[in-house]
Amino acid sequence: MDYHFTEEQGLLRDAFAQFAKEEIAPHAAAWDAEDHVPMDIVPKLGEMGIMGVFVPEEYGGTGLGHIERCIALEEIARYSAGLAMMVFTHHLGVAAIVDYGTEEQKQKWLPGMCDGSCVCGLAVTEPGGGSDVAGLKTVAVLEDDTWTINGRKCFITNSHCAGVTVVTCRTGEDEKGRPLMSTIAIEAGTEGFKPGREENKLGLRGSFTGELIMDNVKVPAGNTVGAPGKGMPITMKELGEVGRASMAAIELGILRACLEDAVAFAKERVLYGKPISKLQAIQFQIAEIRCDYEASRLMLYNAAAMKDEGKVGAEFSMAKYFISEAAVRSAKRLMEIMGGYGFVNEYPAGRYLRDAVGCIPSCGTSEIQKMIVAGETLKKF
Amino acid sequence: MMDMNILVLLKPVPDPEQERDIQIDTGSGRIVREGVKHVIDPESRNALEAALQLAKKPGGEPGFVAALAMAPAQMKDKLTEALAMGADEAYLLSDKAFGGADTYATSYTLAAAVRKIEAEKELQFDLILAGTSSSDGGTSHVAVQTAEWLGRTHISNVCSIELPDSAAGGALIRAVKRSEEVMLTFEGEGPAVIGVTRDINKPRLVTAMGIIKARKKPLTVWNIEDLVIDPDKAGLAGSPTKPGRLFKPETGRTAKEPWETPEEAAAGILEIIREAGI
Repeated sequence: MDYHFTEEQGLLRDAFAQFAKEEIAPHAAAWDAEDHVPMDIVPKLGEMGIMGVFVPEEYGGTGLGHIERCIALEEIARYSAGLAMMVFTHHLGVAAIVDYGTEEQKQKWLPGMCDGSCVCGLAVTEPGGGSDVAGLKTVAVLEDDTWTINGRKCFITNSHCAGVTVVTCRTGEDEKGRPLMSTIAIEAGTEGFKPGREENKLGLRGSFTGELIMDNVKVPAGNTVGAPGKGMPITMKELGEVGRASMAAIELGILRACLEDAVAFAKERVLYGKPISKLQAIQFQIAEIRCDYEASRLMLYNAAAMKDEGKVGAEFSMAKYFISEAAVRSAKRLMEIMGGYGFVNEYPAGRYLRDAVGCIPSCGTSEIQKMIVAGETLKKF
Repeated sequence: MMDMNILVLLKPVPDPEQERDIQIDTGSGRIVREGVKHVIDPESRNALEAALQLAKKPGGEPGFVAALAMAPAQMKDKLTEALAMGADEAYLLSDKAFGGADTYATSYTLAAAVRKIEAEKELQFDLILAGTSSSDGGTSHVAVQTAEWLGRTHISNVCSIELPDSAAGGALIRAVKRSEEVMLTFEGEGPAVIGVTRDINKPRLVTAMGIIKARKKPLTVWNIEDLVIDPDKAGLAGSPTKPGRLFKPETGRTAKEPWETPEEAAAGILEIIREAGI
């Protein structure tokens, strides 16, 4: 199952896969069942180079690209999509600092974010919605070089564990009355800044998802990530290019889990004196999952390669839409292949389905992705 | 502390976890390597980990660790992996003329490469470490035979290596060998060749940063022309061992009617175990 990876990328994939097998696979079911967030694994992820995989070496990162980042997420999500959610959201916040942060911000925060001593977050969604960035209500007012921030974010991954969260806030209006946004980094422990309710999720368990409450939070103007008023394009770029790529990679990991488990079960399960893999009805299901997996990985890694070359368009939206739906289809097929075993929690098929469904809304639902794809398509063709 | 110079003999083998995909060429009686995922032999990996632990002790002067393998050119990435784990240099012996070598010809070629590395580096390896027995061939010959070609002391089945007086600058090597009934402790000075077992350590994982660092480490590829050897002693031509019939054992399963009662099941299962000679 090799995409056109370089020798180095192949080695990296093997290394991440081995790490996932040893450190994640044995615990993934328990993390899901108990909704336990395995914070003790974060320094190990740092040591492996995953936390700062795309961060330049001078800030403690590994200096690799987005293909390598997607490889890491696929391998983690193969066993635990919940843990992969924590890593992806960390990458999302880190990307904003790498792409738009000041030198001082990079020196201050990135080394800890790379070695796993500080988890990062990015907070956009509010009770009123997530994709409608212009409708956000969290407000930041700048006075005497200090931001005062008030508002509430919800459905925020890493809400209860992030050491630094990059928060999208409304900070004014342009000359036509349209809202201007800024992205501002808030450190955990800042007065007035605290996590609120922690959500009890259907899937993607093993990662924190919850509220962030900002009650007269004061942070220095130096915490602004990127130019004031440019928060909307910054948020949209990171969500669009890092966020959607990550979700597609996580969904690909779930899809591969479905494929590998379907094959293993079909070869193992004996009915009528032979393994069910000999039955055409089962073979058709496996063929469908395989085709979905191969198409998905081509879409994802092609988009990631384009991102690394700086020319990605709607490719991540296409990948996110296709792979999230394919992961749900494949999880259902796995459950059908496994029959009763697919329905009991002793086996992971149900978890894959819950995780796959949970991936759809993150970083834009399928409908949002289709709108983006249609927008580009109508211009391009 | 003494700076150790250690060479590790690595063997790429078909991934033991994908054993069922391994095919045997009925004509030549050899494993078909094309299209099969290869990994560093598990015991070779333990040998490399032991070398890194001995030569790169925290707080001490870092020693030198090199890795050497004889394998087809497409296995080069296994040496890159060794560099990513922490080896300083790597050498790949790759030539069609080396193909089909048995352990006699392999060890002869490896010994020639050891001499060349030592001459070029102007050093003598204090230790040459290898896995005792590879997961594919499983002969336990290569480490021992390489030592014989080099005229060096050798021990196999070693589960522990210590340098008890290295802090005082001493060169004593203590190796514990596992035999069927007792543990044997050997002490002496290098140079020596030691074959290790899986229980000697838990090999470290390759990290992304290790892979990045490997980019800048030397990986040398030598063919038969680069070594001072008798071509008639290398590869298939130099291999006195002729493989007999190699085949994959039948591991297929058959369905069986269930027993009526637990007592019948217990007796039936016991009978199956007895018949299998387990």
